[in-house]
Amino acid sequence: MLSNIGIGLVVLVLVLSFFIIYIASLNLRTSRQTIKKSIYNLSLVQTTFIILSFFTLIIGFINSDFSLINVYENSHTTKPFFYKIAGTWGNHEGSLLLWINILVVFSYLFLVFNHDHDKKFRLYTLIFQNILILGFLFFLLLNSNPFNSIYPIPLEGLGLNPILQDPALAIHPPLLYVGFVGCSIYFSAAIASLLSGYGGKLFAQSIKTWVIISWSFQTLGIIVGSIWAYYELGWGGFWFWDPVENASLLPWFAITALLHSLIVLEKRNTLYYWVIILCLSTFTLSVTGTFLVRSGILNSVHTFASDPSRGIYILLFLSLMIFSALIIFYLNYKKETYNFNLKSRETFILANNWFMAFFLVTVLIGMLYPIFLDVLTNIKISVGPPYFNIVIIPLIVPFMFLMAIGPRVSWIKSQNKIFYKISLLILGAIIINLLIFYFFGKYSFLSNLIFIAAIFLILYSFLDIKKFINNKNKTELPRIIAHLGFGLLVFFIGINHQFSLEEDFNLKVGEIKRTNNYEINFENIKVRESKNYKAVIGNFKLTNIKNDLIQYLNPEIRIYSNPETLTYEADIKTKITSDLYLTMSNVSRSDYYNIKFQNKPFMIWIWISALMIALGGFMRLTLKKNED
Amino acid sequence: MLTKKVKNRILFLTSVFLASVIAVLFIINSLNENILYFSSPTEIKQSEDIQFGKVMRVGGMVKKKSIIINQKDIQFIVTDFENEILISYSGAVPNLFAEEKGVVAEGRLRDKNFFIADRILAKHDENYMPPEIKEITEKNAK
Repeated sequence: MLSNIGIGLVVLVLVLSFFIIYIASLNLRTSRQTIKKSIYNLSLVQTTFIILSFFTLIIGFINSDFSLINVYENSHTTKPFFYKIAGTWGNHEGSLLLWINILVVFSYLFLVFNHDHDKKFRLYTLIFQNILILGFLFFLLLNSNPFNSIYPIPLEGLGLNPILQDPALAIHPPLLYVGFVGCSIYFSAAIASLLSGYGGKLFAQSIKTWVIISWSFQTLGIIVGSIWAYYELGWGGFWFWDPVENASLLPWFAITALLHSLIVLEKRNTLYYWVIILCLSTFTLSVTGTFLVRSGILNSVHTFASDPSRGIYILLFLSLMIFSALIIFYLNYKKETYNFNLKSRETFILANNWFMAFFLVTVLIGMLYPIFLDVLTNIKISVGPPYFNIVIIPLIVPFMFLMAIGPRVSWIKSQNKIFYKISLLILGAIIINLLIFYFFGKYSFLSNLIFIAAIFLILYSFLDIKKFINNKNKTELPRIIAHLGFGLLVFFIGINHQFSLEEDFNLKVGEIKRTNNYEINFENIKVRESKNYKAVIGNFKLTNIKNDLIQYLNPEIRIYSNPETLTYEADIKTKITSDLYLTMSNVSRSDYYNIKFQNKPFMIWIWISALMIALGGFMRLTLKKNED
Repeated sequence: MLTKKVKNRILFLTSVFLASVIAVLFIINSLNENILYFSSPTEIKQSEDIQFGKVMRVGGMVKKKSIIINQKDIQFIVTDFENEILISYSGAVPNLFAEEKGVVAEGRLRDKNFFIADRILAKHDENYMPPEIKEITEKNAK
């Protein structure tokens, strides 16, 4: 029943796509300056149908309708209600439907909200967006249909991987998808701009909001994923340079570069082709990341049981996308002259783009090199976190200096003397760094530089805030918050990295372990039965040797029945200055429990500063057009 | 004579170009220094030029009844059904670590039979097998 409704709706959306492309191409040839009413209506109906199809799938999950293979494979009647819904996008097929939903919704919104822009440009955007929609719809119907039915109908489902049954992970995919798939609209718009000749300033204005939306959601989605990894994976880290994390960073670097160079296009009407290239590569990288993850080439939590034909389809589609985009680009490329003064904001934004490109290439090489080597020579290697740290971290230092100064330099040619202020702030940063170094402990030369650069950026942002309070220039605030957030993020990660304590040991119940600062007493274990799992809860008494402060931590080992899996739940005591982090694990029912104890300073501040970066983006969206 | 404008532009382009070349060299160099090779116990046994100090990865199946846990560390034997290697690790093991399941350990070789791991790699799905191990077990189980 649901299977037929779902497939019916998806097929209708597919047919509507063809109609929209057809009518839009007819409309292109007319001389009237407005878009036909019927195109708006068709798009609205298309949006409604695709959303309905998604709700159909959600209903399937809520009712545990196991006649759908997808529900059978990824859900279970005992699963909590919230995770039944989240299970809809916790699998390949369901998330693909979500992906298409976003493509369609963005297509409609772009059409509606850009009514004051060129007709041809809007129509071409609509056409290309619908070509993308068609591509993914065919993929869904032919290869990954969430509405496929199964007969005889099973009585019980297989369940969702317990590690995915988590609030952060339930909202992580939709956030990232709005971020990644949202890029599609300016991919289409970039091609439309080349074809219709509607470029420059006006083009920048038409896509600006969409770039900020997808940037903000991408940033937030990556942060939420990282928070999840911190408390769920049980290692106490928040970034592992795991291939999947890397895959999410690639489009982020491109879109961050785009976000900045778009301002140059808007204000100075130059860099048009570079902006186009960034528009095209952002979505291409999003799809590439998805391809690498979904095809099972990369080993990760996102690898649903893999299927080679899936990878081949995405690869074909991706190549088609890239080649047609490249051809259209070269056919429409005209020489552009650049006229930049070294001491202008344009130059600083170009520097930002150079850094973003560098980070992107670094991560791309680190990610793809092992794959190529394996295919070519069958030698299996992996590139560890040290590679990324060594290459990226030193470059953060000059990057942060430029990031602080750049926004204060004026367009075209800067006259103001900020040299004096800069030296003063650098001096301040050096002094603060020395104080930290002197009172809290020694660290390497590079760490000194990182701290100085981060403190410089933070101090500079404070000056910017002071200036903002005086002149109330609203467009400045989001940028200040995002840049300040980045400075704080690097600073707190630095502190966290330098002053974290970590101890691994094995204990039996009743034993006591002493570390330098803490006494850890493994008092007892309890068992708790829950709806879909059984938990073994350890009771640990932690005494801080310095101040005799006592705390109890209760990490859990959860034994899920559907599917049968163990998960280790860390217990984290968060305070303003530090997190205490304890995980307990057990292998083959041994008497010894594996304990990982960590004291991580300023963890909460890492999240707060990262969230500030995303907040900057969302704040920018609330500004009205006339405030620009 | 070149005008000042042209001079500036040449200067700008050369510096961007140089910066990019240096960046790429830097990337390649760091990459070469930080590659982790993956080996099976058999490959370790047969290999003649092993660098014992270098970080690498070893993978295979955890042998049945080979896990020993004491206060300091956990030891287990990894097998590819032809050869075996003893692995010692102190730290929390991932939740899907178990007897007769695939495992990948990252660390250093002490000798050809003994490996000290810094990290045991987590797998997130009980049905999922890292491609490296799948290949080994398929090859040797025949």
